[in-house]
Amino acid sequence: MTTTLLPIELKRYQKHLNLPEIGQEGQIKLKNSKVLIVGAGGLGCPVLLYLTAAGVGNIGIVDHDVVDISNLQRQVLYTTNEIGKHKAKSAVAHLQKLNPELTFDAYTVALEYSNARAIIEEYDIVVDCTDNFKVRYLINDICVSLGKPFVYGAIHRFEGQIAVFNAVLDPEKGQRGPTYRCLFPELPGEIEIPNCSDTGVLGVLPGVIGTYQASEVIKLITGIGEPLKEHLVMLDLLNVSTQKIKVKRRADAEEQARQGLQHRQQVAVKTNEPSKISVQELANRLMNNEEVFLLDVRERPEYELCHIDGAVLIPVSMIPNNLKRIPADRPVVVYCHHGIRSANVIDYLFAQTGRTNLYNLTGGIHAWATEIEPEMATY
Amino acid sequence: MNQSLNVLLFGITRDIAGKSVVPCALSGNATVSDLLDYLKQEYPPMAGISSLLVAVNGEYAEPATRLAANDEIAIIPPVSGG
Repeated sequence: MTTTLLPIELKRYQKHLNLPEIGQEGQIKLKNSKVLIVGAGGLGCPVLLYLTAAGVGNIGIVDHDVVDISNLQRQVLYTTNEIGKHKAKSAVAHLQKLNPELTFDAYTVALEYSNARAIIEEYDIVVDCTDNFKVRYLINDICVSLGKPFVYGAIHRFEGQIAVFNAVLDPEKGQRGPTYRCLFPELPGEIEIPNCSDTGVLGVLPGVIGTYQASEVIKLITGIGEPLKEHLVMLDLLNVSTQKIKVKRRADAEEQARQGLQHRQQVAVKTNEPSKISVQELANRLMNNEEVFLLDVRERPEYELCHIDGAVLIPVSMIPNNLKRIPADRPVVVYCHHGIRSANVIDYLFAQTGRTNLYNLTGGIHAWATEIEPEMATY
Repeated sequence: MNQSLNVLLFGITRDIAGKSVVPCALSGNATVSDLLDYLKQEYPPMAGISSLLVAVNGEYAEPATRLAANDEIAIIPPVSGG
């Protein structure tokens, strides 16, 4: 633990030091803090930039994904020549240039039940910048079980949500604020609520919501102002309106988190990873005239732009009403743009029907176009 | 006595209804739970959403909370994007 600032830090953080609310004491707290950012996408980019600039001493970044050209409309840390590179590593390369005094750790893995506890344990605060419910609930359940606060942000089209969950309200009584499950107890099915890869999102929105999250992190570390420990803020950019909703911790917050973790442990034991198929293997099977049902779960405009010959289009949101159209008597290969939406559909179909004839096309149609059908349009 | 309440919608519920405010015709002693039933009947896709948070006058409301004509009511679904 440091108790002083170096001369160069006194210069770098001059504008913080001039604020009596932060000053040297607050800046030293920032320097000694460890913050984990889960998801280096739309929300993660501004959070990372501002926490790095602010001098958070230890920053961890979890993201297994690589930069795609469609990310650059809102993920402002990355440049066009980084397409195809790991986000977590590219992010660290940029952030180190911005502030070389800090320590960065890049985890190029997906946060999952098997690794979440070991990674999160190392940090004081977690920032939830993920893009799916599965990991949001995992962050909640692990943070509740480890007694760590987490700063939540989420976006949809033009509106966003921000809150601080599981934060200490009264240090003497050890009382904590509400958790994510106090607002939304049950993990929604991934296809119940569309995410921005389906619905689109205004590029500047994660910039706004992410900077709110960064601000909440700094308030928590330095102990200034009133962090959103018992409130959810909703922000709508179209009419610049905000709603601040008071939320209480439910008496069963710990029990819900514990059950959530127990359930994941049971699932991890029972089911294997969903079956995958590579584009090469699919191409071989089709060439051998093997009977395969190709299911395209993207939106119609994407399908019209390009699709694999013979594929049947059922967009994600239409899946629940079209279960009968998906055959049980032959392999079903499900694909989308990169393989995320199709994985969600397979999870859903497995849960609803118990089907085991489902295969996710690794890398989606993008991989197919790159490796098998170079004349195909890409986007 | 019946009452008409104006309800603010967010996220997917706004997309389903196609507007950000909907008037809801409910009985005079209606509760949050009655409101959700009404919305799910008017807009069937809402029935497919497992968790919907209802806020009344800026506070999280339990299913049994009674609603009054001038209440500010918001329906908040979970949002996954990041």
